[in-house]
Amino acid sequence: MLTRLQERVGLLLLSLMSGVLLSPAWAMASEAAGVVAPVADGRPWWFWPLSLLGITFVMGIVAVLGGVGGGVLYVPIISGFFPFHLDFVRGAGLLVALAGSLAAGPGLLKANLASLRLAIPVALIASTCAIGGAMVGLALPTNVVQTLLGATILGIVVIMFTARKSALPDVKQADALSSALRICGVYTEVSSRETINWKVHRTPQGLFTFIFVGFMAGMFGLGAGWANVPVLNLMMGAPLKISVATSKFLLSITDTSAAWIYLNKGCVIPMMVVPSLIGIMLGSLVGVRLLKVAKPTFIRWMVIIILAYAGAKALDKGLGLHLL
Amino acid sequence: MSDNNTQATPEQVLYAVIQEKLMLAGLLLMFITFALYLLGIMDSVVPLDKISTYWRLPVHDYLAAINAEYLHAAHTPTGWAWLKFVGKGDFLNFLPIAILAGTTIVCYLAIVPGLFRRGDKAYGFMALVEAVILTLAASGLLAVGGH
Repeated sequence: MLTRLQERVGLLLLSLMSGVLLSPAWAMASEAAGVVAPVADGRPWWFWPLSLLGITFVMGIVAVLGGVGGGVLYVPIISGFFPFHLDFVRGAGLLVALAGSLAAGPGLLKANLASLRLAIPVALIASTCAIGGAMVGLALPTNVVQTLLGATILGIVVIMFTARKSALPDVKQADALSSALRICGVYTEVSSRETINWKVHRTPQGLFTFIFVGFMAGMFGLGAGWANVPVLNLMMGAPLKISVATSKFLLSITDTSAAWIYLNKGCVIPMMVVPSLIGIMLGSLVGVRLLKVAKPTFIRWMVIIILAYAGAKALDKGLGLHLL
Repeated sequence: MSDNNTQATPEQVLYAVIQEKLMLAGLLLMFITFALYLLGIMDSVVPLDKISTYWRLPVHDYLAAINAEYLHAAHTPTGWAWLKFVGKGDFLNFLPIAILAGTTIVCYLAIVPGLFRRGDKAYGFMALVEAVILTLAASGLLAVGGH
């Protein structure tokens, strides 16, 4: 009952806000005062925030249907096709991923699908390394970060293309570290009404991998779901549902640490962040409804192609080739 | 190893409840502050029609430019300096963003006592260290360097 009420309040707020944002009133208010100043590209100032709202709305739909986080689409696409500097795009990308994760986290935790016991040790490593990644990313020249971003996005495309998922990995025996930390749990599989006992293995290797995952999340402002899920599921052997839910929750911790570094460095422009958040959230709501009728395989291929192009574009920009 | 309990632990539920409340508060405030800014109800430091000339610049140049042209402060507005300008529409929007970014710290601090009370010292210690690390990141002490 309370959840439904909160959902309705959330929907109402989103509708009101998008109404304000889409209303020409705010643009016309400044036009009436005769202060619309075309910028270098000849477009009025409100063109880009409005475009951002539109594109992030589509991104929100595609992210849900393609089974990826908004952050991984946001940074390469917005940095590749919008006039915003990469510093601000990474700051906004982290906040987009953070907001999505904060919104999903409570439900996943209450349903016992996201595991706090699994997340706490992983998050400690990933969030610490995300701080390092953010600091390094902000200290490096933009073209170097753009080039590395392009290479990373193309790497993500390869992971998405090749990685197989395992609904219930076969974990014969929990390793010593996960046994000591009691990283295990029980959940009910709704489709089969089966009670699943799960445990994990290869915990030290998994935790070690999160050093790199966290670092890259901070450096590029990407949500790290693309890496979290394969590591939790394929390497550590957590069931797919637990891996996906814990990964989504994990982003709220990893991205928090990096987001603070970007925020404190001044890399946050509300005129970019708020339309992006509204667009992604509205798009996600529509995406969830479209999920029933959409063809996930087609959408997933579309996401892979979009990301491949955005990755190539970032490489092109970073290396100054100007081929795309 | 497992206790066959499909219910979330008390710490997990507490974490979820706090996260939900702070997230909703942050989002609600974000909508309000952005409407105040966008509709021109509150003055902003950087006029709306000028913002697009700055977002193409690297952050260092952006901060230097808005400080030179509008803020005239002794230092560029990094760290928590935005609090000084919170009476302006654009800087007011940092308040809900800070609430959203601070949510995880509050959640972690809330579960620490329960973890220690239940004798879960390893997790209590890890949660405490995480809260310290996130607080350090939030403090602005780590925001050094730049290009």
